[in-house]
Amino acid sequence: MSGLPTNYLTPTGREEAWRFTPLKRLSGMHDASTSVLDRISIQLVGSVRAGFNIETVSAADLPPKSTTEDVIIQRVRATASKVTHLKIDKEAVVSEPIFLKRSAGTDKELSRTVVTAGAHSKATVVVENEGAGTIGEEIEIRLEAGANLTFISLQEWNENAIHLGRHHAIVGRDATFNSITITVGGSLVRLLPTVEYADQGGSAELLGLYFATDGQHLEHRVHVEHGIPNGKSRVTYKGILAGAQARTVWIGDVFIRGNAEGTDTYELNKNLLLTDGARADSVPNLEIETGQIVGAGHASTTGRFDDEQLFYLMSRGIPMSEARRLVIRGFFGEIVNKIGIESVEERLMNRIDSQLAKVGE
Amino acid sequence: MSQLVIKGLQVGVETESGLTEILRGVDLTINSGEVHAIMGPNGSGKSTLAYSIAGHPKYTITGGSVTLDGVDVLEMSVDERAKAGLFLAMQYPVEVPGVSVANFLRTAATALRGEAPKVRTWVGEVKDAMSKLAMDPAFSERSVNEGFSGGEKKRHEILQMELLKPKIAILDETDSGLDVDALRIVSEGVNRVKQEQNLGIMLITHYTRILRYIKPDFVHVFAGGKIVEEGGSELAERLEEKGYAQYVKA
Repeated sequence: MSGLPTNYLTPTGREEAWRFTPLKRLSGMHDASTSVLDRISIQLVGSVRAGFNIETVSAADLPPKSTTEDVIIQRVRATASKVTHLKIDKEAVVSEPIFLKRSAGTDKELSRTVVTAGAHSKATVVVENEGAGTIGEEIEIRLEAGANLTFISLQEWNENAIHLGRHHAIVGRDATFNSITITVGGSLVRLLPTVEYADQGGSAELLGLYFATDGQHLEHRVHVEHGIPNGKSRVTYKGILAGAQARTVWIGDVFIRGNAEGTDTYELNKNLLLTDGARADSVPNLEIETGQIVGAGHASTTGRFDDEQLFYLMSRGIPMSEARRLVIRGFFGEIVNKIGIESVEERLMNRIDSQLAKVGE
Repeated sequence: MSQLVIKGLQVGVETESGLTEILRGVDLTINSGEVHAIMGPNGSGKSTLAYSIAGHPKYTITGGSVTLDGVDVLEMSVDERAKAGLFLAMQYPVEVPGVSVANFLRTAATALRGEAPKVRTWVGEVKDAMSKLAMDPAFSERSVNEGFSGGEKKRHEILQMELLKPKIAILDETDSGLDVDALRIVSEGVNRVKQEQNLGIMLITHYTRILRYIKPDFVHVFAGGKIVEEGGSELAERLEEKGYAQYVKA
């Protein structure tokens, strides 16, 4: 644990990293004087199958491989005495998805998880976050050479949950990291889906979807660090806001360092506002320190219902309410349908439908 | 037998400087089985005519009437107009991401027919219509108009027309952006639907090219927001030679 800070600087809200977050709603999680529990909150659903293993190890035996400036994640690291370690065997092909379920207790709690995808393995890991809880957590995802990992994190919390997390991938040589982050629940969710490359030829796709209704603050701070040549990244996050008090934040930091020649990156954020007063902040940020790249781009749009889409559908006899439903479901479906696990897709669309019904869509 | 009657139609669009008049009294009657070509220079108001009949919210009706079989069309919502039997094939069909063509077609057919079409016959119906328009079956799994080529978009419009069985169809520059092969396939589709369903057609075009494939019974020259000359197909030939210069104010 050497080198980790022990006295944290409590954010004031003026810092760039915290300026969008309502600190009052963090339940003190950002404040070092608030007491928190050191608790393992992730468990494997079902039993271990061929190709992977899960164990709880001492934090000292599995220190983080990445650095973080986030005070809450620093606190997670300093507090968690044990780490859940999901290890996918080298060259294993795990055909059925591996489900991890998080059950938070009633106290504020912190936990650390490490996922290691062995060299040339192929697997899908799904992390399901449901119920209540006030939780700070880090998942470090290590992809060894040639590994192909699909990492799906589902935030289906109930309306009171507070979830502060970092899901950081370290992409090895020629490895492929596909992630899908879906956030539909929680009072306040602040996630850091971040990626770095350990070697050349790595590829990362980060897909995300968030749906905020009244009273929800859903924040996703994506960061892709291209510090190695010939890395590829694609980021697509979509959001829908319904309700005057719905609030979302999307940050897309993509840094291409001077030595990261041959980088190929594109990031996109699209927000659909269903209600006046809802607020979606979208800040794509692309910094390029070398001209020797394949491509780099970003786009961000935030808007209301597209009248042309509604007109088109209605001109084919589809009533307004049905046309709106089609457009909204289509907007969600573009990401949800990428999950490829029918039961999960259906559950999410049902949840989205019932939340839409509550706001009269 | 259906009849679309447009009488003294005046339409404006809201701009920064207030309501700007675009259509200045349009009179036109289209019966089942007839093809009316509306020809005119860019900016003459042809598309405004199409979109205002379909009920696009951008346009304000300031005068006149539109009736379909005696029923007031202008009082209807956009979807009600489709249910009454009107169809607009758009010049620039709109992309609807995440909504598959199959889902879209079925939803539209359900809305228009008042009940969901029987799965077995419906799938066959769609497949059949697609093959006639030389469309790949995989097309139905794609998102509506997303990433479609110009030709695919227009074929998709005619596919909808074939499946949704309107009484009167307005084709807004369906020929624009089509190469000769695509133009032929799309035109054959239009002719087939007209034959089979006794469709009445308002064919809006800038060029005479499409009229070699779809024979108009009437040609109307549109300029300055109204019809300025009418005739048979010989009028189209004259336009081909002389252009629109004589109709545009110097």
